[in-house]
Amino acid sequence: MARRSKAALETATAVTPELEQGATRAESRRGFLLALPGYAYLVIFFAVPMLIIFVYSFGTRSATGKTILGDWNLESYRRLFDDFVLGVMWRSLWLALATTVICLAISYPFAYYIATRGPRLRGLLMVLVMIPFWTNFLVRTYAWRLILGRNGPLAAVLSFVGVDQPRLLFTNTAILIGLVYGHLPFMVLPLYASIERLDWSLVEAARDLYANGWKAFRKVTLPLSMPGVVGGTILTFIPSFGAYIEPELLGGAQTMMLGSFIENQYYAVSDWPFGSALSFVIMALMLAGTILYFRRGGRTV
Amino acid sequence: MSDIAVELTGVTKRFSEVTAVDQVDLQIGDGEFFSLLGPSGCGKTTTLRMVAGLEFPTEGSVRIYGEEMGLRPPNKRPVNTVFQSYALFPHMTVFRNVAFGLEMQRIPKAEIAERVKTAVELVRLGGMEQRRPAQLSGGQQQRVALARALVNQPRVLLLDEPLGALDLKLRQAMQVELKELQQRLGISFVYVTHDQEEALTMSDRIGVMHQGKLLQVGAPEEIYEHPRTRFVADFIGETNFVPVTVAGEGEVRLPDGEAVRAVTHSAPGTEASLALRPEKLSLYRQREDVPAGLNCLPGVVRRRVYLGSSLYYHVDVGPTTIRSRHENAPGVPQFAEGEKVCLAWEASAGEALGD
Repeated sequence: MARRSKAALETATAVTPELEQGATRAESRRGFLLALPGYAYLVIFFAVPMLIIFVYSFGTRSATGKTILGDWNLESYRRLFDDFVLGVMWRSLWLALATTVICLAISYPFAYYIATRGPRLRGLLMVLVMIPFWTNFLVRTYAWRLILGRNGPLAAVLSFVGVDQPRLLFTNTAILIGLVYGHLPFMVLPLYASIERLDWSLVEAARDLYANGWKAFRKVTLPLSMPGVVGGTILTFIPSFGAYIEPELLGGAQTMMLGSFIENQYYAVSDWPFGSALSFVIMALMLAGTILYFRRGGRTV
Repeated sequence: MSDIAVELTGVTKRFSEVTAVDQVDLQIGDGEFFSLLGPSGCGKTTTLRMVAGLEFPTEGSVRIYGEEMGLRPPNKRPVNTVFQSYALFPHMTVFRNVAFGLEMQRIPKAEIAERVKTAVELVRLGGMEQRRPAQLSGGQQQRVALARALVNQPRVLLLDEPLGALDLKLRQAMQVELKELQQRLGISFVYVTHDQEEALTMSDRIGVMHQGKLLQVGAPEEIYEHPRTRFVADFIGETNFVPVTVAGEGEVRLPDGEAVRAVTHSAPGTEASLALRPEKLSLYRQREDVPAGLNCLPGVVRRRVYLGSSLYYHVDVGPTTIRSRHENAPGVPQFAEGEKVCLAWEASAGEALGD
């Protein structure tokens, strides 16, 4: 069918099936044009680099640290199973899991509290949740170094209550504290959004049907706020798993996480193929995990 | 066992500055279909919620079968509620929705299955058990809400505008169905509605509420025929109001000084509104003989409104316009616009009401 100009489509003639179809097509063409900048950005800055990483991961590191492309092999993938690498992955995994669980435990009651306040207080509390974003993340993480440091306030409190020579900084605990701090808002926001949307008459109905407060929460409030739990968990777990700043600033040599480890491959040891293989496998695992999780999360709602 | 299902004594509910319910005293009988009727914001829903335990009174006493409810939470009260927007659990099937109350009471599984089946069949939804609420029509959702409450065999069922979201035809069908169900089960229904026709159709008794106060309680006929305040007369059915002054026992004076006979409730000299239902009025041609004993006011037909089964005449009587309703039936005289007529009614059909 011939393309019609907008003017032609709007001429005052009776509508025929062809005209109607043309109008529908023009509509979807406009929709695509709106999405085009987004598509272009993702292709240029995400798909293409991912492809480059994928190709590099089959290359070889020369003795001088250059990447030799052409002699394709799976050596980098084999090295993912080295004990040290598995150790780093394991530490990243449990730190990210612990971060997510702690964030969820702190955020759910807090988000529930905010969502059930009056509109005024609700707005104020939401601003308080966002305030940390106004300061650079790096600066805020440096602040934790002061708090957790040997002569910091936390150490003073700990030694006052009898803990001898408390060592906080450069430990897993320090990283965990930093990760929880950094990701709390990302857990609170989706939880708040889904609890705030909740139809409270459903909770009343549960109470009316002999559910006590806890049962009503378990059977109605919690399942209906699962989209927020799923969203918050993903927004917390994924960035924690690949965290870079917190382990760099608050962790030590013994507490390396994946983010720093990958960075080391590119800059410290110039092993681009291995760094690429690591990045790519983690990406793929995350994607698969997220899809699975969404599916399961979707079912419970 | 007491014959009074629900008893409210001096119940008041204040939300910070606003008094939603103001000193309500009310007794609802065992097995009675009682409606709380009033415009939105009159406090009827708040009253119902206080019986359910979803709201606690600021002061006063709520008793259910003689037992003081005090601050008892909803899960410990022998009543169930059908909510305005049904409040069905969207993440559960029809079966799980209906079974919810029984599961919470730790009823054995086999008995739950049995009772859910009976309840679902009672509301004629057999075969729909595995559907989700979103897959049901409004009428079906409403039946699930009903089954979910009734399955618990409450002695009092509370209904908050349960038919409000349905279209007219379905609403009328459900009115009959609800009434039949209530009679069959023999339990008390406390029914909140702003629809006067609904209240008149179904109720044994109606309580009319306005601005937190319970203005009048009575059988539908009593409320309609003998409203005690101007608000009740205005809210239920259609009413003409003529400003009058009470002249004496059974007599009122119109603004132009003419005296007519009416049912009076207040002392001579009091300002009142003479309430006249359109269907209680009749029209006579000038010079036609008006039967003795009827009040009669001369007027002019200003408008004739044709409504199919009936006709309305808007008659100018002095400064007031009065609507008069007539059946469109053979033998009923019809009048033309501009015709001079006599507007007549029996003295007992006109009540002089205060505000």
